[in-house]
Amino acid sequence: MRKTVAGLLAGISFMFACGTSAQSQELTIFWAEWDPANYLQELVNEYEAETGVKVTVETTPWADFQTKAFTEFNAKGSAYDMVVGDSQWIGAASEAGHYVDLTEFFNQHKLNEVMAPATVKYYSEYPANSGKYWSIPAEGDAVGWSYRKDWFEDPKEMEAFKAKYGYDLAPPKDWKQLRDIAEFFHRPDQKRYGIAIYTDNSYDGLVMGVENAIFSFGGELGDYSTYKVDGIINSEKNVKALEAYRELYGFTPPGWAKSFFVENNQAITENLAAMSMNYFAFFPALVNEASNPNAKVTGFFANPAGPQGDQYAALGGQGISIVSYSENKEEAMKFLEWFVKDETQKRWAELGGYTASAKVLESEEFQNATPYNKAFYETMFRVKDFWATPEYAELLIQMNQRIYPYVTAGQGTAKEALDALAKDWNATFKKYGRQ
Amino acid sequence: MATVVMTSLDSKSRAASRGLSDIKIRNLFIIPTILFLIVFNIFPLIYSLGYSFTDFRASTNAPATFVGLQNYRELLNDPFIWANFAITAKYVIVSVTGQVVVGFGTAMLLNREIPFKGFITTLLLLPMMLSMAVVGLFWKLLYDPSFGIINYALGLGSFEWLANPEMALYAVAITDIWMWSPFVMLLSLAGLSAVPRHLYEAAAIDRAGPFYTFFRITLPLVAPILMIAIIFRTMEAFKTFDLAYILTSQPTTEVISIRLYKMAFQEWQTGRSCALAYIVLIMVLAITNIYVKYLNRVKER
Repeated sequence: MRKTVAGLLAGISFMFACGTSAQSQELTIFWAEWDPANYLQELVNEYEAETGVKVTVETTPWADFQTKAFTEFNAKGSAYDMVVGDSQWIGAASEAGHYVDLTEFFNQHKLNEVMAPATVKYYSEYPANSGKYWSIPAEGDAVGWSYRKDWFEDPKEMEAFKAKYGYDLAPPKDWKQLRDIAEFFHRPDQKRYGIAIYTDNSYDGLVMGVENAIFSFGGELGDYSTYKVDGIINSEKNVKALEAYRELYGFTPPGWAKSFFVENNQAITENLAAMSMNYFAFFPALVNEASNPNAKVTGFFANPAGPQGDQYAALGGQGISIVSYSENKEEAMKFLEWFVKDETQKRWAELGGYTASAKVLESEEFQNATPYNKAFYETMFRVKDFWATPEYAELLIQMNQRIYPYVTAGQGTAKEALDALAKDWNATFKKYGRQ
Repeated sequence: MATVVMTSLDSKSRAASRGLSDIKIRNLFIIPTILFLIVFNIFPLIYSLGYSFTDFRASTNAPATFVGLQNYRELLNDPFIWANFAITAKYVIVSVTGQVVVGFGTAMLLNREIPFKGFITTLLLLPMMLSMAVVGLFWKLLYDPSFGIINYALGLGSFEWLANPEMALYAVAITDIWMWSPFVMLLSLAGLSAVPRHLYEAAAIDRAGPFYTFFRITLPLVAPILMIAIIFRTMEAFKTFDLAYILTSQPTTEVISIRLYKMAFQEWQTGRSCALAYIVLIMVLAITNIYVKYLNRVKER
């Protein structure tokens, strides 16, 4: 008996010994489970070939990405050396000390010149305009649109459209045209529908969709430096924007009340809708004939302008940060040195990653590489994001609670929903002493 | 019922040959269980009670400050939380009633001599052996308004089961009924087969009608075991999370555990979510107590 116990103990300690010795040459990056994470794995394999340091990209489904990452952070766990975290997390993660301060690294490599300005502002800097940086823009992303070119270019449809609306059928330039085209193609009897938009309220799907309308209508969510929301989130512009979004919901396929990126790509692949909103990160799947039978006839456009000509899109995407509790911070720093090099960023874009490097984005080569890269380039210089304060999750849930019943079921009015939201947000900011 | 207590070891047993005493064996079995219970259940339970009186957030390094009953006061004054409770109550009533009716009905049908009885019973038990997440995912496909088989079979066109705020909760309940009726059926079947045959024979001799026989013989005798099934199902339905979370995201299906999950692991309001968990616990205990009292009364009869 005693021998068995001794043997077991020896075995266990041997395992631990092996574990620690192997760790010194390994890095783990945590991200959500989606195509860009696979591209990143391919990229870091090249880092391993160069340096011998093995880098693993560990993933988890989007739905519990936030929960899993923060559970690990809160437990001060060292399972992940780096995390490609959502832009909204930056306040919560930096204030709680989960992320390593990268300001010095940032300035040393002049990253605010190297990376597209919006990505620096939303992925890296917190608090706003403080000059303190917590992550390196890694995967630029924003919401764009895909559409069915074959439907749009069908001469009969073009003729009928012109007769009805008085202008040519083409990718929409503004939200009015977006609405008209959605209405035009909405034919439930033919099982064809006008448009696919985000409606999922379990994380930031619906809010991102509505943001596209709000920002393009010239509205804002609030003043990010003073936390003032009264008269901003419930402004006349935002009311109009929310009403426009609600109207678009009327032209979606049936049962479109819990739709996010998967469903919105399906709307194109399954011949359901003429136009579909989605993050650029999901567009590679739409030009791939293996995943989209309509790949040849799928086109792309940037989020259209609002009534006053403002044109913005909701920002997605993530920056890469070093976790404070990592045991390999120096090694991770070396990895970031490699990651920000121009040639790495170029290679990252080639593999399918959306680089935030301004130089790569502006290059002809990048813009012509895929049918959507040009729209991506145009969008990335016109993006806005949600609150990044540590209590962003509460703000997000409150916004979902207030606008979801209005958008999907027409309960109440847009004004009532936004007034109530302003009240909720004020109470939340008061609770955390921000106002 | 006579209780048999093991007072000494069988001298031929392996335990005895190794020289383990009764006390040692008892400890070997019981101590790990008790330790497990203390570490994973009782300790967190007490610890979280403490947190429920603070503004602690697990996502920050800020120390927790004592706020007294503020969390409880604010939660009980929050109209959204009350809406969540109302949804949960509606869900529990619809779902458990459905399971009892379907489960008990199936048990009545099966409680007779039919060919392949064992095989049919096994098939009927399959739904409850599946994982909740899997059931949720494939019912989502079944309910799909564009290609779902339910609308096709019932000729409902493109009826929106899950996107319709009024219907969504019933759609989740129907899935739950499908999954858990077999559980009620199994317990009812055990109860039904224990009803002495001679009672029915006596009733037949007295020319009692089928309804009379059911309400005066079958139901009272099966009631205790049926009550146990109802207690289990009520507790489970009150805690429902997976099915509702996977199937739909309507505010009308946001049962209390979903709200609790969001508060605890998306908003990281640890203190407040502990308070909400306690409110839920107290409610479940209260409901269970009522049932247990009723169960005891039924047993006495």
